[in-house]
Amino acid sequence: MELALWTYEGPPHVGAMRIAMSMRDVHYVIHAPQGDTYADLLFTMIERSKRRPPVSYTTFQARDLGADTAGLVKTTVRDAYERFQPAALMVGESCTAELLQDQPGSLAQSMGIPVPVVPLELPAYSKKENWGASESFYYLVRHVLASQPANDTTADAAPEVSASDAPRRMSANVLGPTSLGFRCRDDVVEIGKLLDLLDVDINLIAPLDATVADLARIPDADFNICLCPEVARTLCKWLTRTFSQPVVSTVPIGVGATLDFVREVQAITGGDATTALDAELSRLPWYSRSVDSTYLTGKRVFIYGDGSHAVSAARIASEELGFKVVGLGSFSREMARDVKAAAEKLGVEALISDDYLDVEAAIEAAQPELVLGTQMERHIAKRLGIPCAVISAPVHVQDFPARYSPQVGFEGANVIFDTWVHPLTMGLEEHLLHMFRDDFEFNDAVAPSHLHGGEGATPAALATDISTDAEAANDGSDDTSSPWTADAEKELKKIPFFVRGKARRNTEAYARDAGHDRITVDTLYEAKAHYAR
Amino acid sequence: MSSAALCDIPVKLERGQREVFCGLTGIVWLHRKMQDAFFLVVGSRTCAHLLQSAAGVMIFSEPRFATAIMQDKDLAGMADANDELDRIVKRLLERRPDIKTLFLVGSCPSEVIKLDLGKAADRLSLHHQGRVRVLSYSGSGIETTFTEGEDTCLEAMARAAPHTDDEQLMIVGTLPDVVEDQLARLLDACGIAEAAKNVSFFPPRRAETLPAIGPNTRFLLVQPFLNATRRALLHRGSTHIPAIFPFGVEGTSGWLHSAGSAFGVDRQRVADGYAAPMARAQKALVHYKDTLHGKSIWFMPDSQLEIPLARFLARECGMKLLEIGVPYLDRQTLSAELPELPENLGIVEGQDVDLQLDRVRAAKPDLVVCGLGLANPLEAEGVSSKWSIELVFSPIHGFEQTGDLAELFARPLQRKQLLAV
Ligand code: SF4
Ligand code: SF4
Repeated sequence: MELALWTYEGPPHVGAMRIAMSMRDVHYVIHAPQGDTYADLLFTMIERSKRRPPVSYTTFQARDLGADTAGLVKTTVRDAYERFQPAALMVGESCTAELLQDQPGSLAQSMGIPVPVVPLELPAYSKKENWGASESFYYLVRHVLASQPANDTTADAAPEVSASDAPRRMSANVLGPTSLGFRCRDDVVEIGKLLDLLDVDINLIAPLDATVADLARIPDADFNICLCPEVARTLCKWLTRTFSQPVVSTVPIGVGATLDFVREVQAITGGDATTALDAELSRLPWYSRSVDSTYLTGKRVFIYGDGSHAVSAARIASEELGFKVVGLGSFSREMARDVKAAAEKLGVEALISDDYLDVEAAIEAAQPELVLGTQMERHIAKRLGIPCAVISAPVHVQDFPARYSPQVGFEGANVIFDTWVHPLTMGLEEHLLHMFRDDFEFNDAVAPSHLHGGEGATPAALATDISTDAEAANDGSDDTSSPWTADAEKELKKIPFFVRGKARRNTEAYARDAGHDRITVDTLYEAKAHYAR
Repeated sequence: MSSAALCDIPVKLERGQREVFCGLTGIVWLHRKMQDAFFLVVGSRTCAHLLQSAAGVMIFSEPRFATAIMQDKDLAGMADANDELDRIVKRLLERRPDIKTLFLVGSCPSEVIKLDLGKAADRLSLHHQGRVRVLSYSGSGIETTFTEGEDTCLEAMARAAPHTDDEQLMIVGTLPDVVEDQLARLLDACGIAEAAKNVSFFPPRRAETLPAIGPNTRFLLVQPFLNATRRALLHRGSTHIPAIFPFGVEGTSGWLHSAGSAFGVDRQRVADGYAAPMARAQKALVHYKDTLHGKSIWFMPDSQLEIPLARFLARECGMKLLEIGVPYLDRQTLSAELPELPENLGIVEGQDVDLQLDRVRAAKPDLVVCGLGLANPLEAEGVSSKWSIELVFSPIHGFEQTGDLAELFARPLQRKQLLAV
């Protein structure tokens, strides 16, 4: 057993639901008790979907257990097929039904349903959501392709080349974007613009907004773009083995990664992408060089998310914004190797864990000035009074913004620059805070001036509480045990709240190491010099 | 309680896909009510995910609930599962010294593999004696529906409560503290508290201080889904005072009168006691009558609050009831409510969500009360909706909340009027 307060990923059948929900004409029958229908709200409430997920649940109850739960599966499959007339049917079970061993997938396959029936066996007691999405997508495509008539489908679907001598534009499949994926809705648009710039046609995007007929055309493309490795890596590997389609595996999040992506595509198409490489298509590089960004230098940032977003964020943070990455972690065990490699390059130890308490402890220990994470880290950061931006699923409703906000490509880099820099105290403001700490309305207990009240004000307010608490505890009851002299304590309070905790701990560690049992104003500044970065 | 009216209400049974939470959801409000209690679900990743999704992001402090997620090896051997549970409970108690009552909450997987949480609770109670009381109940989706999880939790507490022969009136069902205080003041003002000698609320604000129960306990329900709790209290020798539920002016005054007559308080004395708050409630209600009057409403089977709320909306707000769906129907608990419903009204027990949605589309109600999974899709089809979960989370009982309760239903309608896009 594993103790979980919050979970980063749902069970694997929720991953399969994301695939079904992404597609236009797939229905998914889940052998599951009534409570499991909660998963519908992930789509209808968090993503604000206008349609119900194309999912039918058998909703068996205790009284059915002795009786015919297998019969219930058949009825549900038949009703679902008749009512929704899907072009393919996925059939599987959730954790409870796995224990009943009714084999809903094979039952459904034996029913003579005239469309591809994809049986899904997703072990709920060992696997999780992203794995479930990946497996479901893979099996769905394989079943659809296997059900195609043997004749050559490429003939009618081949890119129509005009009689002119213009070289044929190559085409690619964009694989992986799903419903509930972080900013997938906008990323598919942005990737389209990028590919157009590279003279590449999109053969299809899947699973997001694809049809079963689209999936049948996958082999028509010249190559595949694995945009979301958590969902599409397994499939892409199989497509390479089976149809010799090369894969572009760089996830183009950030300027550097986007340029790498361009080179990778170019290596396949042989096209000339100098325009894309030369032109300044993102504002990020200049904004980052602009003098007002100097204050970003060495900002300590803690990064946590799914594998691909965490790795991308680490590169942007270190190479494109000049931050110092003080922690990098992910809940995606499937992506552990990538995350570890990225962490090693940055000289930090990767945190591969989906235990919320571990993540919280790691953030507290790293004392970052900015947290980039999921909705859970947003809560942790808020509690600790640290600015935060969300970079990865799982997210809540406010992270499905109305405006266009992609992550990939050049526009994605612009969006990222804005989103990450926004919660930070602006550079000049930071200096002023140092200089005029006693101004009654301009002090560090007030939120950054560009963040209006409400949410923005909370972290600062909380931080003040936390630090006053800590200070109270320190000056309080067992005064004798505090190594801080009154003067040093007063001096410490002149340091802005967002670095005060760090200064206190550093000074105490320095004093311990140096064998001082009293901390004076001098000790404070000696420690500052010692830890100067 | 076999009055003709009771049996006459036509009830249509429907079997098909149910679209409703399981009883685990009750944890979301129960853990807020009893601040010294911790709820440990013994279940799967699905259970953990359900709790988190139902709780939303409202809870950002460390929650007083968690899931012991079973893994492959826990399914293999029961001994291991019990050892694992003991280990997890130990870790939890070390982390949270403030926890005085621990609920082990059963889930579908724990029940299907027949993990006996009752036994585990006894074992753990013994082991951590003096430190924490361990109780167990089922919140599983194969046994319980949504608010029924509160019922099974309170049932477990009712069984564990100490014995008393003292006379008392016990108010049963989770209420926000502010509403609890209001009702206590009302019972006082109406002379009921005095006649009853002692008034207690169940569940208590601290699970540690379980009120004692016995043959001289008479109890009133404030929530219509407490069937098992009602039976457990009867089993302890207590007496149920049948009453309609305290929603709206009629509901609250009717509820008070039932209490009053049970304790022999003069009817006029009771009426005088609530005159002022009732006048306030009537005044507050006026604001919403125009919006609600004549509008049609449809209840999907969900929170089990459907019948008393339908009664309030029809009788006090003039809404037209189209269909009342209930997940299940306990005629005993609702004995005072059912006769208050308009005649010739169909109640549908159980669910086939697709057929129900077909009927909704055909009937085009002005407002549908439903779960979170259905609300936005209905809105997208032009049907206004009210999430039933909000009715469980918001203070809606009693005179002082009567206006708020009506407002909850008026808001979606007013909003539709308001929006020009
Ligand atoms: S229905 Fe059963 S398996 Fe699903 S969340 Fe509820 S208790 Fe867990
Ligand atoms: S306002 Fe607070 S929680 Fe919201 S993004 Fe900014 S720092 Fe994070």
